[in-house]
Amino acid sequence: MSDNAILYSALAILGLPLLSYVLIFFFGKRLPRQGDFIGVGFMGIAELLAIRIFIAFWKIGDPSYRVEKAFTWLDLGGFKIDAGILVDGMTAVMLMVVCTISFLVHLYSVGYMHGDRRYERFFAFLGFFTFSMLGIVLANNLFFLYVFWELVGLSSYLLIGFFFDKHSAANANKKAFITNRVGDWGFWLGILAFFTATGTLNYFELFAHVDAGTVKGALLGWAGVGLFMGCVGKSAQMPLHIWLPDAMEGPTPVSALIHAATMVAAGVYMVARLAPLFGADAMMVILYVGAITAFLMSTVALVKTDIKRVLAFSTLSQLGYMVMSLGAGDPTNAMFHLTTHAMFKALLFLGAGSVIHAVHSQEMPDMGGLRKKLPITFVTMLIATLAISGVPFFAGFYSKDGILGSTLAFGMTSGHYLPFILGITAAAITPFYMFRLIFMTFFGKPRIQEKYDHAHESPPSMAIPLIVLGVLSIIAAGWQTADKGWFAKFTAPYDVPAIAAEFHLEGAPDGAHEMVVDPGQGHGDSHAAVDPHAEEAHGEEHGEEHGGGHHDVAHTAHVRAMIMSICAAFLGILLSWWVYNRHKVNTAALQKRFHGAYTVLQGMYFFDELYHKTVYPFTLWVASMSAAFDKYVIDGIVNGTGYLTRLMAWISGLIDKYFVDGAVNGVAAVLQGAGEGFRRIQTGRIQTYLVYVSASVLVLVLVYRVL
Amino acid sequence: MNVGLPHFLTVSAALFALGMFAVMSRRNAIGILMGVELMLNAANINFVAFSRYVQHGIDGQIMAAFVIVLAAAEAAVALAIVLAMFRNFGTVHADSVQSLKR
Repeated sequence: MSDNAILYSALAILGLPLLSYVLIFFFGKRLPRQGDFIGVGFMGIAELLAIRIFIAFWKIGDPSYRVEKAFTWLDLGGFKIDAGILVDGMTAVMLMVVCTISFLVHLYSVGYMHGDRRYERFFAFLGFFTFSMLGIVLANNLFFLYVFWELVGLSSYLLIGFFFDKHSAANANKKAFITNRVGDWGFWLGILAFFTATGTLNYFELFAHVDAGTVKGALLGWAGVGLFMGCVGKSAQMPLHIWLPDAMEGPTPVSALIHAATMVAAGVYMVARLAPLFGADAMMVILYVGAITAFLMSTVALVKTDIKRVLAFSTLSQLGYMVMSLGAGDPTNAMFHLTTHAMFKALLFLGAGSVIHAVHSQEMPDMGGLRKKLPITFVTMLIATLAISGVPFFAGFYSKDGILGSTLAFGMTSGHYLPFILGITAAAITPFYMFRLIFMTFFGKPRIQEKYDHAHESPPSMAIPLIVLGVLSIIAAGWQTADKGWFAKFTAPYDVPAIAAEFHLEGAPDGAHEMVVDPGQGHGDSHAAVDPHAEEAHGEEHGEEHGGGHHDVAHTAHVRAMIMSICAAFLGILLSWWVYNRHKVNTAALQKRFHGAYTVLQGMYFFDELYHKTVYPFTLWVASMSAAFDKYVIDGIVNGTGYLTRLMAWISGLIDKYFVDGAVNGVAAVLQGAGEGFRRIQTGRIQTYLVYVSASVLVLVLVYRVL
Repeated sequence: MNVGLPHFLTVSAALFALGMFAVMSRRNAIGILMGVELMLNAANINFVAFSRYVQHGIDGQIMAAFVIVLAAAEAAVALAIVLAMFRNFGTVHADSVQSLKR
């Protein structure tokens, strides 16, 4: 596939959802089947193109290979903004992920949204959302990244609030939008910081600038934190995660789309894409934010009974993993986990949608024993649950293991073990609550017989996406072991050795100084072929005698992390089985016993209440201050200006009336008076004139005579 | 008594003054016209007198003859105007004809 073919395919992928949006939005009502076939069909074409690009990059197999095309979009003298697309390995993977999930969600929605009042509107918004997300994936500069970033914000607002006549949905989309705005504020400041420092917005020019040291020190740190704030908002990290659980008010296919492949993936993708822009300080912030999110959110999922809420908190926890991986300097595994997570999380949501469709309830206590009624849903959801739990040979295992390995390796070199501990704990909690979901929904006896009798398997348009995603959840990681992955063909850490070296110079314990962590290339010999440049740079930096030291650390870390994560996964599953299937533990008594902890978890650590107690009154206070300022100062200035103007007008009126008009009237009066006088002379009598003439002659003669 | 230039000039001046007085004081347009004739003839006396006593030629006489012809023509035109005036306004008083004044 030539470069041009790749570019045009990428453009077509971007354009098709937009076209689908426009067509369905304007003509949907008049089209047969309200135009759903346009949405599904166009996404299908986009999916095929994405697969083509994916295969092309698979064949190229070089993560640094990229196709970039841009034209000047805005030129204001010294200030130039390009519009362009960039396709490289990472983009190819993301295109594949977004298009696959979006296509399957479109297909699923045909069944799930059947008979809805605004059926065609739903497909239009899905197209618009997909378009926005693909724009983020394909942008080649920060400005257009930001433009599409905001479009995703808008389209998520439209989709989350799709059932806007429901009060909670209307509130949820406002919450999502405003919370994202907080993150976007930092994101925009970060973009501006980089732009003022370097004068360019293009990714690779920025990387070169950072490499050359144009941006460094505190500016680099703060600008990186600013960019990361965008990720905190979109990817729902602490403390801006509060919008995501509420976003469950949207239709279930939307939850699958937003929480698996599009919106929340955008933040992770952005940080991975811009990895070289994050200095060591920013990386530290990212690492800890990710680790804390991964842990805290997984604990909340333990007590929730709403099936979609459990999945929402598991999404938050998994996103925390990805962000933690980014912070540990390993964007490759973050993207890998993003890909596998997209598959199994979309599957979980769509499966949950299928369950909800069957029993018309989201509460797990209303379900039970559904495995006989919903065999396809049960099997596919079980696969996804095994994948998210990190059971070996399922996709999630490899990516999660990679992340935990990198985090441990980072901890071993820098002494920051806390993120790994939080991560591995969350890795044990995740299978526990996921299997709790499975046991409560599909096993045991039906709790409400009426709902159970009514339940039936979903139509094919809903079942097919489940099956496809089930297969993908198994094979997405490929056939590789954790050491050797297909993913290395697509992404390579841009400059991780340098970042790690920076860590090592700043804060590593003395004994570990030769063991610079290089998680991206920590997979032994495999990556030496992938990224020879990094290897070379490393060799130059540390000399012959230390060469290979970091391999040992990374390798050891990966082996240990793998063993620990397998143990954690099976421990979690076993405990869950013990508690929720065998009912050996009385959960109600446990709840009573640890009432305080239960309340905190059920209250989601009271983040909402915290904001209600702090941000809310503070905002009101600022608003009232602004109102007062507006009323007294701004209005005062305006009114004062008005009063002054009136005064000046009055004075100038007086001047006009007496001075200017006086002069004008005076001239007129003088002329009139003169006219009156001279009028008398002109009598019209010839004799009078003759008298004047002769008198004048006499006078002249006399004068002449006398002088 | 030797009649010289000053005598003629005195007569001429008197005549001119009388003519002028007539022009200035008369209301009747024909009277004004007659005053003008007197002034013209005063001028003729001057021409002839200067020609006789100063220049010793006939230029003055010729000029006088021209003036007489001119006076005749002027009288014809002026009388025609007076006739037209009378026909239009019903009067020959110069000060009663003042339709241009307002």
